[in-house]
Amino acid sequence: MSTVDGNEATGTWKLKLYIAGQTPRSMAALANLKKIVDDHLGGQYQIEVIDLLENPQLAKGDQILAVPTLVKDLPLPVRKIIGDLSNTERVLVGLDLRPA
Amino acid sequence: MTPASNRSPVTVPLAKVPTGIQGFDEITEGGLPKGRVSLVAGAAGSGKTVFAMSFLVNGAEKYGDPGLFVSFEETSRDLETNFASQGFDLKKLEEQGLLALDHIRVERSEMEETGEYDLEGLFVRLGAEIDAIGARRVVLDTIEVLFSAFKDEIMIRAEIKRLFQWLADRGVTAIVTGESGERHITRHGLEEYVADFVVVFNHLVNDETATRRLRIVKYRGSAHGTNEFSFLIDQRGISVLPISSLGLQHPAPTERVSTGIARLDEMLGAEGPYRGSSILISGTAGTGKTSIATSFVEAACRRGEKALYFAFEESPEQIMRNMRSIGIDLEQWVKEGLLRIHAERPQNTGLEMHLVRMNRELEECSPSVCVIDPITNLTSIGTYSSIRATLTRLIDTMKTRHITALFTSLTDASGSAESTDVGVSSLMDTWILVRNLEAGGERRRGLYVLKSRGMAHSHQIREFVLSPNGVDLLDWPGGDWSATGPQRSGTAVKATKP
Repeated sequence: MSTVDGNEATGTWKLKLYIAGQTPRSMAALANLKKIVDDHLGGQYQIEVIDLLENPQLAKGDQILAVPTLVKDLPLPVRKIIGDLSNTERVLVGLDLRPA
Repeated sequence: MTPASNRSPVTVPLAKVPTGIQGFDEITEGGLPKGRVSLVAGAAGSGKTVFAMSFLVNGAEKYGDPGLFVSFEETSRDLETNFASQGFDLKKLEEQGLLALDHIRVERSEMEETGEYDLEGLFVRLGAEIDAIGARRVVLDTIEVLFSAFKDEIMIRAEIKRLFQWLADRGVTAIVTGESGERHITRHGLEEYVADFVVVFNHLVNDETATRRLRIVKYRGSAHGTNEFSFLIDQRGISVLPISSLGLQHPAPTERVSTGIARLDEMLGAEGPYRGSSILISGTAGTGKTSIATSFVEAACRRGEKALYFAFEESPEQIMRNMRSIGIDLEQWVKEGLLRIHAERPQNTGLEMHLVRMNRELEECSPSVCVIDPITNLTSIGTYSSIRATLTRLIDTMKTRHITALFTSLTDASGSAESTDVGVSSLMDTWILVRNLEAGGERRRGLYVLKSRGMAHSHQIREFVLSPNGVDLLDWPGGDWSATGPQRSGTAVKATKP
C-alpha cells in the first residue's frame, strides 16, 4: 500500500485505487488518475493505492471485482469508477465533478 | 515398449465427487466431475440453491471436504436463516472451518466505467477464500449477476470463461448456478459451453400438484442417460429418484416368507411367497385386505424383520386400533422400531413426488417387507400409464433390495376384479382375490389365488374369517361362488411343491 499525497496532506478528497499487480493497465490507471486530480482537484486529495495481490482480503470491504477500480470515499456519496481511467470526462462524471 | 502396447487404448475413468444427494450419485454414476465446473440451470425456485448447498453440506459432513459458498444474491445471514428452516446447520459447519459463506454484492448503478478492466479482483477474492479454509468444493450462485453488473459484455464473457478454467486449475470441484434462458439453457448461453457437466431443473405444476424434474444435458467424458428424473425437496433435503438404473437385473431368491396366515402359505406352494416377490390382494370394500396385509407385517416383525407400511387411506392410529380388534397388536412393533407406518393422502402430492418419497422411506427404513395399502388410491392421481410406470419402478426397487411387497387393491363391486386390476396384476408375482359372497343365506368372504409365479399354488376357494384371534382360512362351505366361478366343495387339496 502506498499513499500519494497532494500539496496538503489533509485534503478533502479521499480516493482509493484498487489494482491487482503492477500491470501496464494498473500503471496507466494510476498515471491517468494523477493527471486528472492534478488538473481538477487543485491538490486537495489523498490517494491510496491498494494492490489486491498483496492484500487480497481488502477486496471484500469495498466489494471489488473489477480492477482497476477507483473508489471515491470522500466527499460523499461513495462512488466507484472501474477501468483504466482513460476517459477523463467519464472519470469527472464519476467523481461528481461533471453532471452525468 | 512394443509398438502394440503404444497403441493400446488407455481409458482412464473420469474421477467423480459424490454429492451425497440421495439418488443423484446413482444417476450420475458417482457424482460431479472432480476438479471441474458443473452448471446447474433452472428457473427461479427450481431448487438450484438447495442443490448446490446440499453438495457443500454433504461434502463437509460426509466426506470432510471444506466448501465455499459464494452468493451473488443472498447475504450470508439470509442463507443461514433460510437453510436453518431446512434443517441445515450452516453456522456449525462455519465454526468447524468446513464451510465459508460469502456474499458478493454488485450494483451497476454505483459504478462508472471508463476504459479497460478485468475481473481479477473477483479471482483474488475467491482465491483468498479458497485458501483460507482449504476449500475442495466451491459454489457460485448465480454468476450471471455479473452480466447485468458490467456494461462490457465481451469482457464479461471472456472473464467468465477464464473463471471456469481458473476454478479447474485450482483443482476445486465447483457448481455454478444459472437462470434458465429462452433460447439457451442459461440466459446468456455461455455457461453451458464452458461447463463440463450441465443439469437442468424443472418445476412443473399440473392440476395443482407440483412435480420437480431434472435432466442431465451434458457430462463431458462420461456416459449419461438423457432421461428426466423426478426429485423432491422438503425438510429432509433433496432426494432424486433413479429410474433407468434399474431394470430386470434383480436377483430371484428361492427363500420363502410366511404371510402370517398358515393356510394361505399352504395355498402358495405350501411355504408362502418367495422373498422379494410382489403380491397383489384385490377385493371389494370391506373384504379384509388390510387385515391380510397387517398379518403379513406382523409375521415379519415376529421374525425380527423390519416392515414398512404405506397407508393411503387410514391414519396409523386407526389401523392400529382396528387391527387390535382381530388380535393384532401393531403398536408394540412400532415401539420396538421394527414397524414404520407412513400415512399420507395421495391427493396431497403428485404421483412422482409420492414415488420419490416412498423410495426415500425404503432407503431409510430398509425393511424386509413392505405394504402399500391401497394402490388404488394412487390410481386416483395419475393416468393409467403413469401409474403403471410408477409401480414398475417401485417394484423394481423393492425386488433389487429383496423386499417382499404386498399391495392391496380396492376393486369395484360392479365390475370384475380381473379387469380392474389388469394393468397392475401383470407386474405382480402373486395375485390373491378376496370377495364377499352369499352362501347358505350368509355373507361370507371367499379367498383364492389367481396366480402365483414359480410355484404350484392351490386353486381352491377358502373361506376367509376374521376373529379376535386373527385371520384364518377355512374350507369353503359350498354354495354359489359366483355366476361364472368354479363350484367346488371344500376338500383340502394339499398343494405340491414346484
